Amino acid sequence: MLLIRCPYCEEERPELEFRNAGEAHIARSADIAGDSDDDFEKFFFIRSNPKGIIYERWRHIHGCARFFNAVRDTITDKFVMTYKAGEPKPSKLPNNSNDVVAK
Amino acid sequence: MAKAVASKADTAVLPSVERRPALAGRAASGPSVKVEMLPPAQRISLRAPETAIAALSDALGVALPNKPKTSAAMSGRTALWLGPEEWLVIDEAGNDPLADCAKVPLLHSAVGISHRNVAIAVTGAGAAATINAGCPQDLSLDAFPVGAASRTILGKAEIVLLRNGPDDFRVECWRSFSDYVFTFLSEGARDAAV
Ligand SMILES: [Zn+2]
Repeated sequence: MLLIRCPYCEEERPELEFRNAGEAHIARSADIAGDSDDDFEKFFFIRSNPKGIIYERWRHIHGCARFFNAVRDTITDKFVMTYKAGEPKPSKLPNNSNDVVAK
Repeated sequence: MAKAVASKADTAVLPSVERRPALAGRAASGPSVKVEMLPPAQRISLRAPETAIAALSDALGVALPNKPKTSAAMSGRTALWLGPEEWLVIDEAGNDPLADCAKVPLLHSAVGISHRNVAIAVTGAGAAATINAGCPQDLSLDAFPVGAASRTILGKAEIVLLRNGPDDFRVECWRSFSDYVFTFLSEGARDAAV
């Protein structure tokens, strides 16, 4: 079973306690009614869907119940790192992701 | 005619005032473990910011734990850390924790959930193995020591797990899930090998 580190519980917990909650760092416009249809479409529907590193929201729903962010590799399914909701997108990822991913 | 209606109402009222806790008295056992329904208890779901924790701890008579996966107990009352700024408070001594929180004038949210949950005791040498039949958490004493508490899952149902002793767990679940959870634990108890 995949183990995911919850930044609020401060430990790795089994994947069954978690839910994915879509791509992270998508800011809602402060004036959403004033957005053009194109901008709204980008905000609402368009996701990056990369092959490789993705920044996602996850929720420890059957644990502390909090949302947090995770950096995950879509090729290997490995979690590179996790961090609390509201913290900025990490500018630098750990060099050796195997050190911090789920064992 | 009117008299008949009245007497019918009288007989209808009496049985409905009697509380019948879900699965009361049910018990099951395996070679090394016992699974039993626990008596009703008072419970609250408590949310409070850092600034109210000290006052609420004073009012409740138990220090609200601040560390993940921990609990604190005092005179029949247990506070379980469920998440940041979130606790489950269980009182087995018949004192209402909701009334105690109401004395605190600082911002907090205390919701009575005494009848939302039921509790199941899982005890014996095979207790951890029984729960691990459906719960993916590491229940070794290193990872989940005595006093540890956590919201987690058992099969398809959410539970709150509290370890009262090396071979003594309290499983809290929603009343509507209790039949499923009890049956799951009974099956686990039958299979639990030590
Ligand atoms: Zn958590």
